[in-house]
Amino acid sequence: MEAIFFIILSVVAIFSGLMVILKKNPISSILFLILALFTTAALYVMLAAPFIAAVQIIVYAGAIMVLFLFVIMLLNLNRIDEGRSTVLKTLGVIVAGTMLVVAAVVLRSVAIPADSAFLRGVGEDYGTVETFGRSMFTTYLLPFEIASFLLLAAIIGAVVLAKKKLD
Amino acid sequence: MLETAIILAKIWGVLLTLVTLAAIMTWVERKQSAVMQDRLGANRADVFGLRIIGLFQPMADGIKMFFKEDFVPPKGDKFLHTLAPIVAFFPAVVIFAVVPFGDVLRIGTLEIPLQVARLNIGYLFILAFGGLTIYGTVLAGWSSNNKYSLLGGLRAAAQMISYEVCVGLSLVGLIMVFGTLQLDLMVKQQGELIFGFLPAWGIFYQPLGFLLFFPAVIAETKRVPFDLPEGESEIIGYYTEYSGLRFGLFYFAEFIEIIVMSALFSTLFFGGYQVPYLYADGFVFPWGGSWNLPHLVVVLLQLGSFFIKIAFFCWLQVLIRWTLPRFRYDQLMRLCWTGILPLAVLNILITGGILLLIKG
Repeated sequence: MEAIFFIILSVVAIFSGLMVILKKNPISSILFLILALFTTAALYVMLAAPFIAAVQIIVYAGAIMVLFLFVIMLLNLNRIDEGRSTVLKTLGVIVAGTMLVVAAVVLRSVAIPADSAFLRGVGEDYGTVETFGRSMFTTYLLPFEIASFLLLAAIIGAVVLAKKKLD
Repeated sequence: MLETAIILAKIWGVLLTLVTLAAIMTWVERKQSAVMQDRLGANRADVFGLRIIGLFQPMADGIKMFFKEDFVPPKGDKFLHTLAPIVAFFPAVVIFAVVPFGDVLRIGTLEIPLQVARLNIGYLFILAFGGLTIYGTVLAGWSSNNKYSLLGGLRAAAQMISYEVCVGLSLVGLIMVFGTLQLDLMVKQQGELIFGFLPAWGIFYQPLGFLLFFPAVIAETKRVPFDLPEGESEIIGYYTEYSGLRFGLFYFAEFIEIIVMSALFSTLFFGGYQVPYLYADGFVFPWGGSWNLPHLVVVLLQLGSFFIKIAFFCWLQVLIRWTLPRFRYDQLMRLCWTGILPLAVLNILITGGILLLIKG
């Protein structure tokens, strides 16, 4: 049962991921990206991480993608210009290929520790909001605070940029 | 096998109840607006002369929508034009899955929790799917290939994404008080008493939270006074190019949203299915005395209390819709970003301070 769901979800996720880059119409690209994010969220649920799944949908599918859609509709970009330079295309292929190779090498070399949750199986409260919050504010406090500082800087930057235009 | 049957029964029960209530709501809205405007209202639809104060009107509406021409704008996007009403309808229904409509029903040794899905992420689930309703509106506006529809879609996107922030933040205080996101646990805690006589409803813990949450949620449903995406008198809105059952689905989704939001108000702030002083074995009054009741009666009382609360909030939302004029766009944005948002943050700070004082 689980395997069937996993296969369906992954096939949809990979297919929609491909369609994001293959579709000519930006609106369809965005809709496929939303589908990809949605299926990834469903995969998170299957991995006993409902909190991550909810946040994925709220932040990415619910907020960021709406802004993407908003901007594209506002600018009325119905079709991306075909005449991209071949230099850019080759550069893109090289960069993406290198990324793929690096990611493959790194992922292959990762050793799974013997006592990891991956092998042990997880308890009932794994991935719930409570355990997630607790580990975020104890074990991972420093990265959490640094990330929040980054976000604060981004917010202030946005306000400064918007204000300059208004004045 | 039995468990699957129970789950399916709950899903279908909730779905059918929601759809029936939504059909009745279409009539309630017309009738209530008529009463408020000193008219008789929708009272003409009859079956063999039988009118029952116009309650056949929803059926007449449904039949009319079935037989209307199903128009798709020839230069629009046909697939997205069909998809949009479905996308608008789906989240509104799904949200109700995490709302508990009663405590546990015991039949023999069987214990059935009266809630479709007990999710640990509870309220986040609501936020996640509530956020997806935007797509229905935006896609409808874009795929119609009509300037007014597009304007409506853009307005809807800006409005809903702004008010989503307020909906999320205004409830943080309540989540801090109850210490959980799970809706059934929240309702359980609301069955207790404060000072020995006041029911421990969310509104008594978080009065400011409710005052901020209420308008923000109404703005999310895009009804008057927040109906700028529709704006009947200026741009007609994102469903200008919709007819027949496609329009019907938008129309229906709006009424289901009203009911689901009413259920949320009562679950989060007004004790959900709880009846004051009613416990698992009957009433225990704070002034002494008790009244034992059989289990089934308790469950029915809880269901009844939940439905009365929902009906009250439906009535209140229709009342607001037919009382207030539409906001101007700058007023709408100012209310969200400089009105509700700072107060919501203040509410979080105050709640945190008080909780720190009490619990140490």
